[in-house]
Formats: sequence, structure tokens, C-alpha cells
Amino acid sequence: MRALALVVLLVVAGCGADSSGAEVGGAVDGRVTVFAAASLTETFTRLGEDFEAAHPGVEVVFNFGGSSALAQQINQGAPADVFASAAPANMTQVGDAGGISGAAVTFARNRLEIAVPKGNPAGITGLADFGDADAKIALCAEQVPCGAAAKRAFEAAGVTARPDTLEQDVKAVLTKVRLGEVDAALVYRTDVRSTGEVEGIEFPEADRTVNDYPIAPLAKARNAAGARAFIDHVRSDRGRAVLAEAGFDTP
Amino acid sequence: MTSARRRTRGRLPVVLVLPAVVGLAFLLVPLVGLLVRAPWDTLPEQLFSSSVGEALRLSLVCASLATVVCLVLGVPLAWLLARGDVPGRGVLRALVTVPLVLPPVVGGVALLFVLGRRGLVGQYLDAWFGISLPFTTAGVVLAEAFVAMPFLVISVEGALRAADPRYEEAAATLGASRWLAFRRVTLPSILPGVVAGTVLCWARALGEFGATITFAGNFPGETTTMPLAVYLALETDPDAAIVLSVVLLLVSVGVLAALRDRWISGPS
Repeated sequence: MRALALVVLLVVAGCGADSSGAEVGGAVDGRVTVFAAASLTETFTRLGEDFEAAHPGVEVVFNFGGSSALAQQINQGAPADVFASAAPANMTQVGDAGGISGAAVTFARNRLEIAVPKGNPAGITGLADFGDADAKIALCAEQVPCGAAAKRAFEAAGVTARPDTLEQDVKAVLTKVRLGEVDAALVYRTDVRSTGEVEGIEFPEADRTVNDYPIAPLAKARNAAGARAFIDHVRSDRGRAVLAEAGFDTP
Repeated sequence: MTSARRRTRGRLPVVLVLPAVVGLAFLLVPLVGLLVRAPWDTLPEQLFSSSVGEALRLSLVCASLATVVCLVLGVPLAWLLARGDVPGRGVLRALVTVPLVLPPVVGGVALLFVLGRRGLVGQYLDAWFGISLPFTTAGVVLAEAFVAMPFLVISVEGALRAADPRYEEAAATLGASRWLAFRRVTLPSILPGVVAGTVLCWARALGEFGATITFAGNFPGETTTMPLAVYLALETDPDAAIVLSVVLLLVSVGVLAALRDRWISGPS
């Protein structure tokens, strides 16, 4: 592992010597390890490819997963340079343990949308339909962020939801809609955009479901310069465009 | 003669003992970790909270029902694989083990494709009988049975193949039908294998997570079994998750130990 890193460094150093001054971020090299929320899989994969293209010799390695699992991995000493969380609470968990360097910044916001199977067979129009006992409804469990956001939406709408299942993550909810097993569900807007197999319905109470995505360089980063450069890339105009296309709001 | 026997019984070879001890430690140390980290002071309180009791009851009921389903379908299937003159038996035997290698989540999706509301069979169940299996306790039983049945079939089939078929043949020459011979001769002779398979099957069903949450979803009192409750508790309250795991552990070890003493009386 260390030998490999050394080889990478030597190769990168060699490249730098050949094309000195030609690179945009001359100080950035080696491997950048990014721990990112599962909902960022598509966007960050694209941004990582862009970043590698802009910084020859740099390799971006991702570990996508649930934000709380990633936070626990980082606190247990997993080697990471950057953490991008789907919820401020998980960033706080890492921050409280002294794991982040500097301050976390919000780089994206997501909001809930109603997802229905193609053609909307049950004729769902809004949150009120989630109280209908005949409709099959899937929601996230309250323990995970999308479930907590759904709860806020129903409180704002004054609707008592009657779900048939409380799933362990938002992708599991989306699967139930794609397969037509449920008539309606609440998922993130980015999840609706990620597939052509479901239809999205916006609802006014969605303003109460906005959640912030913070990003921060980590205190134990092996590649601090790479971490900062990657975060700058995510927050650049190009990064914001990719995020917006996927359905995120960008501050 | 006696000294030779003593020698083979006496010293245990280090090449076997050393890896055996490492293997034992490998299996038991994570368990110890769980027990050490368990918040014992809040354990009774958690144990008697309604949600834990509900999940535990549901887990025990569903695993037991799934085991019954596996016994009713799996023992005849094992018999067919071991004794029946079916063409392509080797392929069938391999296919039966598919749920063992399939990630359980994929098994759950496959069940949805077949028994879901829009599934190959499920759409007719829904249209003709108004039966919808996903998100129901029956769905939990099905998902667990799907994942656990290979354990039973493999154990019983192994026992059948090890059993001497001449007893059945003798019964047949005495005028017993194959069904009577199976009931009165074969089944009693392979009982230890059936019990071992049943225990494995029940244990696997009890711990089932992936296929259950995918096919049956998660709703307290309906489909939230202990493993699902553990997974969700881990999101917000790791202590509660550990308590739930320890409870599941104690109950399953207790049941398995009781069954072993009662049924599997091997040389000790």
C-alpha cells in the first residue's frame, strides 16, 4: 500500500517535472479519498472524473454510503480526506470527535418530492392522499434523514400518514415505487430525477423538508491539498451546474 | 493395541488444534465484543419496552412458521433429490442452493418480481383473490422460507444419501408402499439430519434481514422483525441496537442449546 503510494507519488512528481507550470493546480497530486453520502453517487462520480481530467496524475477514490455509517467509519479511523454528508447531524458527529479541519460548508440542498409509478395509477395529487388507508404508501423510517423530513412535511400539512412500510433508506423506497408495489412515496427530488421510471409531484410543504449537505476536509487527511482542491471543485460553477442538473439546490 | 489407541486418543496434533483455536476465537471474539459493549444497566428496561417485545414475538413466530413451510416442502424435495429418478438431478441440486449464494436483497427483489402486486403470479393473486403479499406478515414468512429452505434441503438430502437404501428395499419386499416405507423406515432413520436441518433453517430465518426488508418492507407489529429493528436502531441509537442484538443472541442460543440437548444426542 505504502509502496504503491510511493510509486504514485514518483510518477506524479515525474509528470510534474515534465509539464511544469502547465497544470492548473500544480500542488495537487496523489490520491484523494472522498467519503460521500449515497445520494451523491451520480454527481460526485461525474465531478471526480472532471477533477481527474483537470489535474493529471490525481486519482479520486470514493466511498459512498449512508451518512451515519460513513461518520462512524471516519470516527473509527477510516482513511479519508473529504467528508460530504447528506445531513448536518452526521457532520457534527465527526466534528465533535475532532475529525474535521476548519469549518464545514453547505454545498447543496435537497428537498422531498412525491414519487408515483409511471402513469400515476392511483391518481395521487398531494400529501392528503398519504392518509388514505386504501393507498399503498412507502416512507423512510423516522430514524433516517428522509423519514425525519417526511415527518416534518406531514406535520406542516396536518396529515396523518398511513404508510404500509417504513424503509431503511431512500433508495429502498424508490425501488418500491419503480416496481409499482406502492402507489406513492416521499423521496428526494434528486431520486426522482435519477430514474425515468417514476413521476415526481411537487407539494407546497416541501419547503419544510429541505436538508443541507455539508462538506469538509478531514483533520487526518493524508492529502490535505487534494482535499481542499476537490472541495473547491465541488463548489465551482461547473460543480454547481452538475449538482443543479441532478435536482439539488445550490447555495 | 491399547497403547496405539491411547496414542491416537491422547495427544492432539498441533496442526489441527492451533487453527481450531484460532477459528473458535474468530467466531467468538466479536460476540464477546458485543457483550462487553452492551449497556447492561438499561437492558431490562429495553427488554420490556413494547417495541422490543413486539419485534421479538414477531421474529419468533415468523421464523417458526417459515421453518414449518420449509419442512413441509423441503423434506419431500430433499427426498426427490436423493432418491427420485429425475433427469438433471445434479442441475436441480445446484439450483436449490441458489438462495444460499444470492445476496438476500436480490432474493427479495426476485420475490417482488414474482409475488409482488405487479409480479408474474402476484398480479393474478391481487386481481382474482385480492391477496397482496408484500408488506404483510405472510410476506415475512415467505421471504424467510425462501432464504432458509436450502439449509434444510441440503441437510436432509445429505442424511438421505448417507442412509442405507436397503432398509427401504427390505420394507418394499415386505409389501410396504414407498410412502409407508418413507414414513416408517426412512424418516426415523434420518431424524437427526432432519432436526439438524430444521435448527439451521430456523436460525437462518430468525436472522434474516435482506430479503425480508426488500419483499415485506418494515412496519412495526406487521413486518418489523428483530434484525430490521436492529438495523434501524443502529442509525440513531447504537446502544439500543446492541441491546436488541444481545436479546436476539440470548434467545437463539437458548433455543438452539435446548434443542441440541433434547434432540441431537451425539457422543459427548
